[in-house]
Amino acid sequence: MNTPTTVRVWESEFAVYRKIWQSHVLLAFVQPLLYLVGIGIGVGALIDDNADSTSSLGGLTYFEFLAPALLATTAMMSAGQASLWQVLDGFFWGNRYRAMAATPLTPNDIASGLTLWHATRCLIGVTGVAAVLALFPETRSWGLLLAIPAAVLTGLAFALPITAWSSTRYSGGSFPTIIRFGLLPMFLFGGAFFPIDQLPGWLQPVAYVTPLWHGIQLCRGAVIESVSAGNVGVHLAVLGAYIIGGWLACRITFARRLAP
Amino acid sequence: MTSVISARNLRKAFGDFVAVDGIDFDVAPGESFGFLGPNGAGKTSTMRMIGCVSPITSGTMRIFDLDPERDGPAIRARMGVVPQADQLDSELTVVENLVIYGRYFDISRAECRRRAAELLEFVQLTERADERVDPLSGGMKRRLTIARSLMSDPDLLLLDEPTTGLDPQARHILWDRLYRLKQRGVTLVLTTHYMDEAEQLCDRLVVMDGGRIVAEGSPRGLIEQHATREVLELRLHRDTVGDAAEQPDRDAAALATIDGIGDRQEVLPDRVLIYAHDGEAALSEVHGRGVEPVGSLVRRSSLEDVFLRLTGRTLID
Repeated sequence: MNTPTTVRVWESEFAVYRKIWQSHVLLAFVQPLLYLVGIGIGVGALIDDNADSTSSLGGLTYFEFLAPALLATTAMMSAGQASLWQVLDGFFWGNRYRAMAATPLTPNDIASGLTLWHATRCLIGVTGVAAVLALFPETRSWGLLLAIPAAVLTGLAFALPITAWSSTRYSGGSFPTIIRFGLLPMFLFGGAFFPIDQLPGWLQPVAYVTPLWHGIQLCRGAVIESVSAGNVGVHLAVLGAYIIGGWLACRITFARRLAP
Repeated sequence: MTSVISARNLRKAFGDFVAVDGIDFDVAPGESFGFLGPNGAGKTSTMRMIGCVSPITSGTMRIFDLDPERDGPAIRARMGVVPQADQLDSELTVVENLVIYGRYFDISRAECRRRAAELLEFVQLTERADERVDPLSGGMKRRLTIARSLMSDPDLLLLDEPTTGLDPQARHILWDRLYRLKQRGVTLVLTTHYMDEAEQLCDRLVVMDGGRIVAEGSPRGLIEQHATREVLELRLHRDTVGDAAEQPDRDAAALATIDGIGDRQEVLPDRVLIYAHDGEAALSEVHGRGVEPVGSLVRRSSLEDVFLRLTGRTLID
């Protein structure tokens, strides 16, 4: 055999995932569907009646505005949650990463394998959302195929920094705070449900430095033909900075935790 | 062949705290070698350095004639590790745990399944192969952990307190399995703070205390060197609450009376140990001097006595 070390770690994550894949995949379909029907169509009907609203959405219907953003938000929420308790479990409760570190695998191999796994898990979830979007004529576009990798990058931009944080923890005490005051506000105010130029002026720069807004811009630009993603290079650079920064942090924190 | 492990002036420090303070040891192929000592003696830190998951602070160590710093993965590929706490994947079944672990070593799936079946037989868990790990008893999880550590067919097996927390029957099953591995020529390195375990399993051991090695030898040799053939244990008083205040005086009087009996005496909080070649003779002499202990026991010396002699403390505080 000559399986790359990264893949060996990935296989182990996948073996555990196989036990729960139904619920993850189901959630990836059902959750965006609920948002699309409840908010995209339901709330959207109220908004689309108002000419001012449509112009502030850049001429889009509310459904067209919201739907592609769900690719990025789903990636963020799913990657964020997979990077908290599950990662801490590997270092602290269940210790599966410690078990791996006693084999030929190194902390770096484990960090790489986990990164590959985060990307895979994101890909599965995001593909579910894309399949839902393909059901609706407004968002049935070849651009979905471009939006999928953009959303996976968005997921990784959250997964890696959060994984680095979790790998230094001895309890999950900070995790609900990360969700409530980090991920959830970004989900609500990061440009998915309304354009961020509607935010108070001082908040807008905050949105510009979060990875989510850049991910949303990329997904929206890819799926909706009449919308430009803006400066694609900048969006990719910001996501890339979070991914590379998170990756470098993981290399350090994994080594410190597993080979002190 | 040269030593499997050879360490010189091995140190491990975490900031100001020195966990291992300059130890030397060699482990020969096929040998069963133990680190005996109380909690905090530096056993686990030493094991982690041998396991190449903790860089050495200073000194030198060679394992399979390789350098742990540079060749960690190559060394770990030939080594099985049984950690102090089980690190099984509780979501997976028994057999999946073994297969996934074998894959870390890049062993093919088919070969992993073949070895898993064989090892489950060896640790008597075949009937549980397709069950989840969670409901297994502590002893079964331990055996599964040992099976897992053997997936790579290691030349060297590290066991960190392999039977801590197990009931006596589970311990004996485990010891039996380890003994069979030793018969097959696997080099065993283990830590323990149980004297009986060290006497059962180790050809040779070192006694550690405060990060240093305080004695080295075979279990029998250490006992012969540092203890007498027999020990007389005396309980001078019952543990009653009422007259606790008067106890020290009465104990002191009794101790003064029995002074000089045996080769050496060790006063513990709850009993007095009298080291003598003939324990029964020593007990007669205690009676002869008019001291009537509430309890007495004559036994063979153990490593516990060696440790007490060397450090003035019992192994399990």
